[in-house]
Amino acid sequence: MRNAALRIAVCIKRVADSETRVRIAADGRSLDEAGVKFILNPYDEFAVEEALQRKEKAGAGEVVVLALGGPAAQETIRTALAMGADRGILLQTDRVPADGLETAKALAAELKAGGPWDLVLFGKIAIDDYNHQVGPMVAELLDLPCVTAAAHLDLADGNGTAEREIEGGVEVVEFPLPAVITADKGLNEPRYPALKGIMAAKKKPLEVKPISPGAGGVEVLAMTPPPERKEGRIVGEGAGAVPELLRILREEAKVL
Amino acid sequence: MSAVLAVTEQRGGALRKVSHEVVTGARRLADQLGATVDALVLGAGPVSGSDRLGAFGADKVVTLTGAGLGAYAPEGYARAIADRVKAGGYAAVLFAASATGKDLAPRVAAKLSVGLAADVTDVAAEGGAVIASRPVYAGKAILKVKLTGQPALVSLRPNVFTPVERPKAGAAETAAVSVAPGRVTVKDVKAATGSLDVGEAPVVISGGRGLKEPANFKLLEDLAKAFGGRAAVGASRAVVDAGWRPHADQVGQTGKTVSPTLYIAVGISGAIQHLAGMRTSKVIVAINKDKDAPIFKVADYGVVGDLFEIVPRLSEEIAKLHA
Ligand SMILES: Cc1cc2nc3c(=O)[nH]c(=O)nc-3n(C[C@H](O)[C@H](O)[C@H](O)COP(=O)(O)OP(=O)(O)OC[C@H]3O[C@@H](n4cnc5c(N)ncnc54)[C@H](O)[C@@H]3O)c2cc1C
Ligand SMILES: Nc1ncnc2c1ncn2[C@@H]1O[C@H](COP(=O)(O)O)[C@@H](O)[C@H]1O
Repeated sequence: MRNAALRIAVCIKRVADSETRVRIAADGRSLDEAGVKFILNPYDEFAVEEALQRKEKAGAGEVVVLALGGPAAQETIRTALAMGADRGILLQTDRVPADGLETAKALAAELKAGGPWDLVLFGKIAIDDYNHQVGPMVAELLDLPCVTAAAHLDLADGNGTAEREIEGGVEVVEFPLPAVITADKGLNEPRYPALKGIMAAKKKPLEVKPISPGAGGVEVLAMTPPPERKEGRIVGEGAGAVPELLRILREEAKVL
Repeated sequence: MSAVLAVTEQRGGALRKVSHEVVTGARRLADQLGATVDALVLGAGPVSGSDRLGAFGADKVVTLTGAGLGAYAPEGYARAIADRVKAGGYAAVLFAASATGKDLAPRVAAKLSVGLAADVTDVAAEGGAVIASRPVYAGKAILKVKLTGQPALVSLRPNVFTPVERPKAGAAETAAVSVAPGRVTVKDVKAATGSLDVGEAPVVISGGRGLKEPANFKLLEDLAKAFGGRAAVGASRAVVDAGWRPHADQVGQTGKTVSPTLYIAVGISGAIQHLAGMRTSKVIVAINKDKDAPIFKVADYGVVGDLFEIVPRLSEEIAKLHA
C-alpha cells in the first residue's frame, strides 16, 4: 500500500429480503412494499466486512459506505455503521433507477468528489434486481481496474491478487491499486453488529444528499409473476416408480 | 439494413458452446427486427469452431485477432468490442450471461453509455424496440423492460436459448486489432476437479442434506456417469456450508443459476433460495422422502421415498438406456 492508512468506499443497497413473498404493486410494474422486510444486500455485507478487515489490518484508515435510495436506506447505512464503518452517505431519491448505468453514474460522481480511494467495493449482485452490473460500470466511469465476483483477495505493496469462479475453474487475477472489487460469497464471514456497535452507529456521521438520477435507457414495462410451472405430479413411491419415471421422461418430457 | 452483434466466447482457442446460444438468440431477434447477424469472435489467432457459426444463424463471422485477445482480459476485450460496436452501428449487442459475459457486458455498456438488460430469459422486438424479460427477486417475478438506448445491450441466461442449427454458412471477415495491455491480467486458471460445470451441463443432479454424509454423493456421481458425460452434480447450500461439496457446485441464490434440460433434486427440501437457482430448468424431477416437501411444488415429476433405494435403481436404468 502506498499509504499505511487505507481509504475504502463501499457501495451498499437496501433490498427486499429473499424470504419475501413477492406481491406486485397496483401499477403492475413494481414490488408492493407493504409488509416487506428490507435488509442490507447480502453480497454488500461481504464488501463491508472486507473493507473493515482491510482497515483493521492496515491499522488506520476510513471506511465510508454509500447508498443510493429512499429515506429508508438510512437504516441500511446504520447497519453498515453498526458493523464498524466510519461514516455514511445517502444519495437520496425516491426513484431508484431501473437502469444500472444511472445508478453507477450517480455513485461514480460522489466517489469522484470524495476520492481518492485505495479500494472501492461492491457486491457482485443486488438480490432484488439481479443486475450484476453497477460495480464494473462505476469502474469504467472512474477508469479504475476492476475485478468482479472476487471470492478471495490478497493485497500487498499497491498490488492485488483475486480469485473468481468461472465455469469449470477459478481465475487468478492480478491488478494494481486503487481498484474496484465486487464481492462474491466466500470472500469472508460477515460479522454481526454487536450491541456496542449498534449504539455507536447512532452517533456516526450520516450525510444525506438529495439527487435526481436520469431516467436512463431501461424502461420497465411490466412486472409479472413467473410463469406457473405446469402442475407437477407424483409418479410413485420408492424404487418401484423408477421405470415409470423413465418412461415419462422419455415419452412425455422427451428429455432422455 | 441494421444488424445484431452476437459476442461469442472462446477458451484456449476453441469456441465455447454458449456461443451457439448467443448466435441463436441474435438470429431470433434479428428476424423480428428485419436485421442481419454478425457473430463476433475474439482470439489471439483463428478460433476453432467459428466457421460453424453460420449454421446457428450468423450471416457474417467477424474475427478480431490480436496478441491481447488470447485469454480473457477484461479491459482489452471491452475496448475491442466497444470499438467494433461503434464502427458497426449495431441495433443490438448480445452477450452470454456467463462468468465472462457478466464481467464484460457492463463494461461495454458503460463505454457506450447505454443500458444493459442482464441475464434475460427472453428477448424480442416490439415496434422496432428491443424488449427483454428477466427474472428478479430470486425468480419470484419477471421484469419486462424496453431498452431505449442505441444499441440495446442484452446478456442471455445460459441454457435458455436452445441452439437451432440451420444449413447455412456465414460469410467470414477477419480483422487484426491491436489491443493495449490492460491493468487487470489473468495469471492462471485453476481447473476444477469436476469435468462439466453445473451452470452449463444439460443435466444437473443436485444433492442436499438428505444425502446424510459427504461420501454418499458417490451415488449422485454414479448417476451422472450413467448419463454419459452430459450431467454435472450440484448441491444445496446446506451441504456446501457443511463443507461436503465445493461452492462452485452450489445451486441457488448465493450459488449458480442453472437452466438445464433436466434437473434432478435429490434429498433437497426446496427452500425459496434454492428454487431461485433452478426454477427455469426445462424439466424438474424431485426425489424426497417427505411427500410435503416444497420441492414437489415446482417439480414436474416427483418420486416419494428413500433416495438410497431410488437413486441406485435410477442409475441402473439410465445406464441401460445408454448401453
Ligand atoms: C440469504 C440466503 C441465501 C441462501 N442461498 C441458498 C442457495 O444459494 N442455495 C441453496 O440451496 N440454499 C440457499 N439458502 C439456504 C436455504 O434456505 C436452505 O436452508 C437450504 O437450501 C436447505 O438445504 P437442503 O434442502 O439440502 O436441506 P434440508 O432443508 O434439510 O432438506 C433436506 C431434505 O432431504 C430430505 N431427505 C432426508 N433424508 C432423505 C432420504 N433418505 N431420502 C430422500 N429424501 C430425504 C428431507 O425430507 C428434506 O426435504 C440460503 C439461505 C439464505 C438465508
Ligand atoms: N442503489 C444502490 N446504492 C448503492 N449501491 C448500489 C445500488 N445499487 C447497486 N449498488 C451496488 O452495486 C452492486 C451490484 O448491484 P446490481 O448491479 O444492481 O446487481 C450492489 O451489490 C451494490 O454494491
